[in-house]
Amino acid sequence: MSEPIGCARPTGKVMGEGEQKTAEETQDTKEVDVMGLRAGMKAPDFESPAYHKGTFKTVKLSDSLGHWVLLCFYPGDFTFV
Amino acid sequence: MYPELQKLDVHVYACSVDSVFVHKMWDESELSRMVDGGIPYPMLSDGGGNLGKVYGVYDDAAGVNVRGRFLIDPDGVIQGMEILTPPVGRNFAETIRQIKAFQHVRKSKGTEATPAEWQPGKPTLKVGPDLVGKVWKVWKP
Repeated sequence: MSEPIGCARPTGKVMGEGEQKTAEETQDTKEVDVMGLRAGMKAPDFESPAYHKGTFKTVKLSDSLGHWVLLCFYPGDFTFV
Repeated sequence: MYPELQKLDVHVYACSVDSVFVHKMWDESELSRMVDGGIPYPMLSDGGGNLGKVYGVYDDAAGVNVRGRFLIDPDGVIQGMEILTPPVGRNFAETIRQIKAFQHVRKSKGTEATPAEWQPGKPTLKVGPDLVGKVWKVWKP
Protein backbone atom coordinates (compact mmCIF):
# COMPACT_ATOMS: atom_id res chain seq x y z
CA MET A 1 0.00 0.00 0.00
CA SER A 2 1.24 3.46 -0.76
CA GLU A 3 -0.66 4.81 2.25
CA PRO A 4 -1.03 3.04 5.56
CA ILE A 5 -4.43 1.53 6.28
CA GLY A 6 -5.91 3.10 9.36
CA CYS A 7 -9.52 3.02 10.42
CA ALA A 8 -10.53 4.84 7.26
CA ARG A 9 -11.71 2.56 4.51
CA PRO A 10 -9.36 2.80 1.56
CA THR A 11 -11.02 2.50 -1.79
CA GLY A 12 -10.16 2.36 -5.46
CA LYS A 13 -9.62 5.37 -7.65
CA VAL A 14 -9.73 5.80 -11.36
CA MET A 15 -6.45 6.99 -12.82
CA GLY A 16 -6.22 10.50 -14.17
CA GLU A 17 -8.91 11.95 -11.93
CA GLY A 18 -7.77 14.70 -9.60
CA GLU A 19 -8.00 13.91 -5.91
CA GLN A 20 -9.24 17.39 -5.09
CA LYS A 21 -12.46 17.03 -7.04
CA THR A 22 -15.64 17.29 -5.03
CA ALA A 23 -17.87 14.25 -4.91
CA GLU A 24 -20.38 15.88 -7.24
CA GLU A 25 -17.83 16.77 -9.90
CA THR A 26 -16.44 13.26 -9.80
CA GLN A 27 -19.91 11.86 -10.18
CA ASP A 28 -20.52 13.97 -13.29
CA THR A 29 -17.31 12.87 -14.95
CA LYS A 30 -18.20 9.27 -14.33
CA GLU A 31 -21.71 9.54 -15.71
CA VAL A 32 -20.19 10.55 -19.03
CA ASP A 33 -17.69 7.70 -18.92
CA VAL A 34 -20.36 5.12 -18.16
CA MET A 35 -22.37 6.10 -21.20
CA GLY A 36 -19.36 5.57 -23.42
CA LEU A 37 -17.94 2.30 -22.11
CA ARG A 38 -18.28 -0.64 -24.45
CA ALA A 39 -16.31 -3.53 -25.91
CA GLY A 40 -13.47 -2.36 -28.15
CA MET A 41 -12.63 0.60 -25.94
CA LYS A 42 -9.62 1.03 -23.69
CA ALA A 43 -10.36 -0.28 -20.20
CA PRO A 44 -10.31 2.65 -17.76
CA ASP A 45 -7.16 2.36 -15.68
CA PHE A 46 -7.47 2.35 -11.90
CA GLU A 47 -5.62 1.82 -8.70
CA SER A 48 -7.33 -0.09 -5.93
CA PRO A 49 -6.58 -1.49 -2.50
CA ALA A 50 -6.70 -5.25 -2.55
CA TYR A 51 -6.49 -8.31 -0.34
CA HIS A 52 -4.24 -10.96 -1.84
CA LYS A 53 -3.27 -14.20 -0.11
CA GLY A 54 -3.07 -12.82 3.41
CA THR A 55 -1.65 -9.41 2.55
CA PHE A 56 -3.01 -5.97 1.73
CA LYS A 57 -1.63 -4.32 -1.38
CA THR A 58 -2.43 -1.89 -4.17
CA VAL A 59 -3.40 -3.19 -7.58
CA LYS A 60 -3.06 -1.04 -10.68
CA LEU A 61 -4.80 -2.31 -13.79
CA SER A 62 -2.12 -1.00 -16.13
CA ASP A 63 0.46 -3.16 -14.34
CA SER A 64 -1.18 -6.05 -16.17
CA LEU A 65 -0.55 -4.61 -19.64
CA GLY A 66 0.98 -7.37 -21.76
CA HIS A 67 -1.30 -9.96 -20.16
CA TRP A 68 -4.93 -10.85 -20.56
CA VAL A 69 -7.09 -9.65 -17.68
CA LEU A 70 -10.34 -10.99 -16.32
CA LEU A 71 -11.95 -8.32 -14.16
CA CYS A 72 -15.00 -9.53 -12.27
CA PHE A 73 -17.29 -7.34 -10.24
CA TYR A 74 -19.66 -9.00 -7.78
CA PRO A 75 -22.26 -7.65 -5.35
CA GLY A 76 -20.69 -8.63 -2.07
CA ASP A 77 -18.58 -10.94 0.02
CA PHE A 78 -20.30 -13.97 1.50
CA THR A 79 -22.38 -14.36 -1.65
CA PHE A 80 -21.69 -16.70 -4.54
CA VAL A 81 -19.24 -15.19 -6.99
CA MET B 1 -10.63 -23.04 -12.88
CA TYR B 2 -7.80 -20.74 -11.82
CA PRO B 3 -4.95 -23.02 -12.99
CA GLU B 4 -6.52 -22.98 -16.44
CA LEU B 5 -6.62 -19.17 -16.40
CA GLN B 6 -2.97 -19.12 -15.33
CA LYS B 7 -2.09 -21.41 -18.22
CA LEU B 8 -3.76 -18.88 -20.52
CA ASP B 9 -1.70 -16.08 -18.91
CA VAL B 10 -4.79 -14.33 -17.55
CA HIS B 11 -4.53 -12.00 -14.57
CA VAL B 12 -7.71 -12.25 -12.50
CA TYR B 13 -9.13 -9.50 -10.31
CA ALA B 14 -12.32 -9.80 -8.30
CA CYS B 15 -13.91 -6.59 -7.12
CA SER B 16 -16.68 -5.66 -4.71
CA VAL B 17 -17.51 -2.70 -2.49
CA ASP B 18 -16.42 -4.66 0.59
CA SER B 19 -13.34 -3.54 2.50
CA VAL B 20 -10.08 -5.45 2.29
CA PHE B 21 -10.73 -6.51 5.89
CA VAL B 22 -14.00 -8.16 4.93
CA HIS B 23 -12.27 -9.76 1.93
CA LYS B 24 -9.75 -11.25 4.35
CA MET B 25 -12.45 -12.58 6.66
CA TRP B 26 -14.43 -14.06 3.80
CA ASP B 27 -11.34 -15.71 2.36
CA GLU B 28 -10.22 -17.10 5.70
CA SER B 29 -13.58 -18.16 7.08
CA GLU B 30 -15.35 -19.47 4.01
CA LEU B 31 -13.51 -19.41 0.69
CA SER B 32 -10.44 -21.25 1.95
CA ARG B 33 -12.80 -24.14 2.77
CA MET B 34 -13.94 -24.27 -0.85
CA VAL B 35 -10.64 -23.48 -2.57
CA ASP B 36 -7.44 -25.07 -1.33
CA GLY B 37 -5.17 -22.32 0.00
CA GLY B 38 -7.83 -19.63 -0.36
CA ILE B 39 -8.49 -17.27 -3.23
CA PRO B 40 -5.31 -17.10 -5.34
CA TYR B 41 -5.99 -13.75 -7.06
CA PRO B 42 -6.30 -10.21 -5.66
CA MET B 43 -9.69 -9.17 -4.27
CA LEU B 44 -10.16 -5.47 -4.93
CA SER B 45 -12.00 -3.18 -2.54
CA ASP B 46 -14.21 -0.63 -4.29
CA GLY B 47 -15.87 1.23 -1.42
CA GLY B 48 -18.23 3.85 -2.84
CA GLY B 49 -18.20 2.06 -6.18
CA ASN B 50 -15.65 4.38 -7.81
CA LEU B 51 -14.49 1.69 -10.19
CA GLY B 52 -17.93 0.19 -10.61
CA LYS B 53 -19.36 3.53 -11.75
CA VAL B 54 -16.73 3.94 -14.44
CA TYR B 55 -17.29 0.38 -15.63
CA GLY B 56 -21.05 0.85 -15.62
CA VAL B 57 -21.79 -1.86 -13.07
CA TYR B 58 -22.54 0.17 -9.94
CA ASP B 59 -26.11 -0.05 -8.71
CA ASP B 60 -26.78 3.22 -6.89
CA ALA B 61 -29.94 2.03 -5.15
CA ALA B 62 -28.36 -1.09 -3.68
CA GLY B 63 -24.93 0.49 -3.21
CA VAL B 64 -23.15 -2.49 -4.74
CA ASN B 65 -21.52 -3.53 -8.00
CA VAL B 66 -23.63 -5.98 -10.00
CA ARG B 67 -22.00 -8.99 -11.67
CA GLY B 68 -19.86 -7.42 -14.37
CA ARG B 69 -17.21 -9.41 -16.18
CA PHE B 70 -14.65 -7.69 -18.39
CA LEU B 71 -12.15 -9.42 -20.62
CA ILE B 72 -9.22 -7.10 -21.33
CA ASP B 73 -6.50 -7.84 -23.88
CA PRO B 74 -2.72 -7.29 -23.45
CA ASP B 75 -3.09 -3.80 -24.97
CA GLY B 76 -5.60 -2.83 -22.28
CA VAL B 77 -8.58 -2.96 -24.64
CA ILE B 78 -11.90 -4.40 -23.47
CA GLN B 79 -12.67 -7.32 -25.77
CA GLY B 80 -15.68 -8.69 -23.97
CA MET B 81 -18.09 -7.65 -21.27
CA GLU B 82 -21.04 -9.29 -19.62
CA ILE B 83 -23.21 -7.75 -16.95
CA LEU B 84 -25.71 -9.75 -14.89
CA THR B 85 -27.98 -8.69 -12.05
CA PRO B 86 -27.07 -10.26 -8.70
CA PRO B 87 -29.32 -13.37 -8.51
CA VAL B 88 -27.68 -15.27 -11.36
CA GLY B 89 -24.08 -16.47 -11.16
CA ARG B 90 -21.70 -16.73 -14.08
CA ASN B 91 -20.68 -19.62 -16.29
CA PHE B 92 -16.91 -19.75 -16.24
CA ALA B 93 -16.71 -22.35 -18.99
CA GLU B 94 -18.04 -19.72 -21.40
CA THR B 95 -15.52 -17.18 -20.14
CA ILE B 96 -12.68 -19.65 -20.80
CA ARG B 97 -14.06 -20.37 -24.27
CA GLN B 98 -14.14 -16.66 -25.06
CA ILE B 99 -10.60 -16.13 -23.80
CA LYS B 100 -9.35 -18.99 -25.97
CA ALA B 101 -11.23 -17.61 -28.97
CA PHE B 102 -9.91 -14.07 -28.47
CA GLN B 103 -6.37 -15.36 -28.00
CA HIS B 104 -6.66 -17.43 -31.18
CA VAL B 105 -7.94 -14.47 -33.16
CA ARG B 106 -5.22 -12.22 -31.77
CA LYS B 107 -2.53 -14.75 -32.64
CA SER B 108 -3.81 -14.82 -36.21
CA LYS B 109 -3.45 -11.02 -36.26
CA GLY B 110 -7.07 -10.63 -37.24
CA THR B 111 -6.92 -12.95 -40.26
CA GLU B 112 -9.17 -15.50 -38.57
CA ALA B 113 -12.52 -15.22 -36.83
CA THR B 114 -14.37 -17.75 -34.74
CA PRO B 115 -17.98 -18.47 -35.69
CA ALA B 116 -20.85 -18.99 -33.26
CA GLU B 117 -20.48 -22.05 -31.00
CA TRP B 118 -16.76 -22.25 -31.85
CA GLN B 119 -14.66 -24.40 -29.55
CA PRO B 120 -10.85 -24.71 -29.51
CA GLY B 121 -9.73 -27.09 -32.25
CA LYS B 122 -12.76 -26.40 -34.43
CA PRO B 123 -12.33 -24.68 -37.81
CA THR B 124 -12.14 -20.90 -37.86
CA LEU B 125 -13.21 -18.57 -40.62
CA LYS B 126 -10.49 -17.00 -42.77
CA VAL B 127 -11.45 -13.39 -43.05
CA GLY B 128 -11.45 -11.98 -46.57
CA PRO B 129 -13.50 -11.38 -49.71
CA ASP B 130 -13.39 -15.09 -50.59
CA LEU B 131 -15.41 -15.87 -47.50
CA VAL B 132 -18.37 -13.74 -48.50
CA GLY B 133 -21.30 -15.99 -49.30
CA LYS B 134 -19.18 -19.12 -48.62
CA VAL B 135 -19.49 -19.43 -44.88
CA TRP B 136 -21.89 -22.35 -45.44
CA LYS B 137 -19.03 -24.32 -47.00
CA VAL B 138 -16.70 -24.09 -44.03
CA TRP B 139 -19.03 -23.78 -41.08
CA LYS B 140 -21.48 -26.56 -40.33
CA PRO B 141 -22.84 -26.11 -36.84
